[in-house]
Amino acid sequence: MKRILKETVYTPDSELLSFGELLRSMGRDLLASRELAWRLLVRNINAQYRQSFLGYFWAFIPPLFTTVIWIFLNSQKILDVGDTGMPYPLFVLTGTVLWQTFADALESPLKIVSESKSMLAKINFPREALILTSIGQVVFNFAIRLVLLIGAFAWYSVEPSPTILLVPLGILSMILLGTMVGLLLTPIGILYQDVGKAIAIGTQAWFFLTPVIYPMPQASWAQTLVGLNPVTPLLQTTREWLITGHATQLYGFIWISAASMVLLFCGWVLYRIAMPHLIARMSA
Amino acid sequence: MSEEVLVKAEGVSKRFCRSLKRSLWYGVQDIGNELIGRKGDQGTLRKNEFWAVNNITFELKRGQCLGLIGPNGAGKSTLLKMLNGLIKPDQGHITMRGRVGALIELGAGFNPILTARENIYVNGSILGFSKKEIDHKFDAILDFAELEEFVDTPVQNFSSGMKVRLGFSIAAQMEPDILIIDEVLAVGDVGFVAKCFGFISQLLPTCAVIFVSHSMPNISRICSRVLVIDGGRAVYAGADVSKGIETFFSRFQLSGHTTTYSSSKAMVKRVEIEGAGQGETLVLKYGDDFKLHVFCFVDAEIHEFSMNLLIFDQSQNGIIFASSYYAEDKLINRSEHNHIVVDLGKVCLKSGIYSIDISITDRNMIDLLAQVKGIAQFQVNSTFTGYAPVQLQGVWKNISDRAN
Repeated sequence: MKRILKETVYTPDSELLSFGELLRSMGRDLLASRELAWRLLVRNINAQYRQSFLGYFWAFIPPLFTTVIWIFLNSQKILDVGDTGMPYPLFVLTGTVLWQTFADALESPLKIVSESKSMLAKINFPREALILTSIGQVVFNFAIRLVLLIGAFAWYSVEPSPTILLVPLGILSMILLGTMVGLLLTPIGILYQDVGKAIAIGTQAWFFLTPVIYPMPQASWAQTLVGLNPVTPLLQTTREWLITGHATQLYGFIWISAASMVLLFCGWVLYRIAMPHLIARMSA
Repeated sequence: MSEEVLVKAEGVSKRFCRSLKRSLWYGVQDIGNELIGRKGDQGTLRKNEFWAVNNITFELKRGQCLGLIGPNGAGKSTLLKMLNGLIKPDQGHITMRGRVGALIELGAGFNPILTARENIYVNGSILGFSKKEIDHKFDAILDFAELEEFVDTPVQNFSSGMKVRLGFSIAAQMEPDILIIDEVLAVGDVGFVAKCFGFISQLLPTCAVIFVSHSMPNISRICSRVLVIDGGRAVYAGADVSKGIETFFSRFQLSGHTTTYSSSKAMVKRVEIEGAGQGETLVLKYGDDFKLHVFCFVDAEIHEFSMNLLIFDQSQNGIIFASSYYAEDKLINRSEHNHIVVDLGKVCLKSGIYSIDISITDRNMIDLLAQVKGIAQFQVNSTFTGYAPVQLQGVWKNISDRAN
């Protein structure tokens, strides 16, 4: 019996011209890439700390360190953030963990694609696998930090609100937003290293424009600025779901999540159609 | 013989840019063009660009093996990347039918600090195997690679040859319709390379194979047709493999590559081949008498000397060696007037271009007095098309008594 052979045609035409075909192959590749993404994720996690003595301990250090610094600054009244409605260490720790998850998601796509250059330039595998790996890694890092959060909640004997069940949704939204921005920047970031450096500095500035270590400001222009920041409603809402149970920015949360999903799809299309041009310029 | 065309390239071209800065900027432009839905061929070269692959057309059916040869930078790898769908052509059309297996970089995605076992799973997934398939093939992979005892060793402790072994063994589990092989066997040891060739030969009847190598013996061993490219263009395409290989070698300027060593005691003046004409290229036919005349000077002090002759093919493999010392023919010195004739019987070489080295030593072949590498070149035309360098007609007879 004769098999029906899959026929692939490569032409200079833009893939957007046959959009239906593009969508079909995106769906197909996404399905095909699940197992590979899992393998790559396991590989990266396994390799991450294997050559270190303290191992996973390193995953806890950054949020702990940041938290301790802000607690110190606040307790010494060097920086007075006012009333946060909960123990300040808990406030900072949840904020930092959530922020770090967003920042991870933002940096991860460009990092993973850069690290996989030699693979990309030589093997035709479903490129979606790298995005899935990137998301998986962010989720994994979050899971590790979750241990810290649980510990802190126990320590302060704060009883989480029942809305805690919505928290995974909040985390997911933050990861989607970060991945979306990161993915949109990836093609140009592979061409120009400026992007990677700008992301590193930009993330730091962004941190201070987000109510991570301070509550939502009441002063006019600071409030506008922080309010314009798309991370604000996501982070605020997630933290509120976690602790107070009363979401103050639900409307912003919903529309930013929806917009991130639409833009994430655009980023995915861009990533796909840019890839051959990026590979042509990768050293192999 | 199946008539299915599996690979079809029509007028395929790809442009590359010489300057990095510009290349990056063109990259941004190209992505922009994709976004606005560009259609059709990109006909013009922008500043600093050149055609890395220029108007290549070929077809490959199941069961055929195409040897892709050309000097470094000819565009072979770029063409392969387009066939594999990694980069897009700027002009033309490529149609690939069936599963493509590419042995381009073996072991891409190996993580050095993970063990061979872990890397087999990772690399297998990259090549498109499911975990179940790898579980199933795991022993076959290790067995083919002959690395059973290192299965839990981190790959960073592997030698480059071992990594290639492992990579090839994983890739060898693919069951492709189209197999692309890009010069991957260069670091394997003899035993493993032989094994790989055995494996490729097994796949050949059911596959369309595209094979890139700089090793002409390997090309002529497995390829049924060749495509020679230079500067991105096809300079030969066809089923005559030896003609293709000749075309490839003719891209290199071999003449003028004479290196001479002369002590004050001897000097080789020139070499002639009887019946081969004069000038740059001497031409011989298979089966002609093979007689060389060597004119040389040897210092009068020396009473008797020896002469050696080496004939090389285009790949610089030594094919023929002859020595007056081993022939025990005495060459008595006539100083300025030495005219030596050596009779090598009949020409029994396959078609190709050959070069001659001559050296003069003392009688006992201890001191080298003079040596000229590439003193003459000659071409052999033969109706034989086998791949071994020496071709004999032989005398054939069936000596069995039985009629049936």
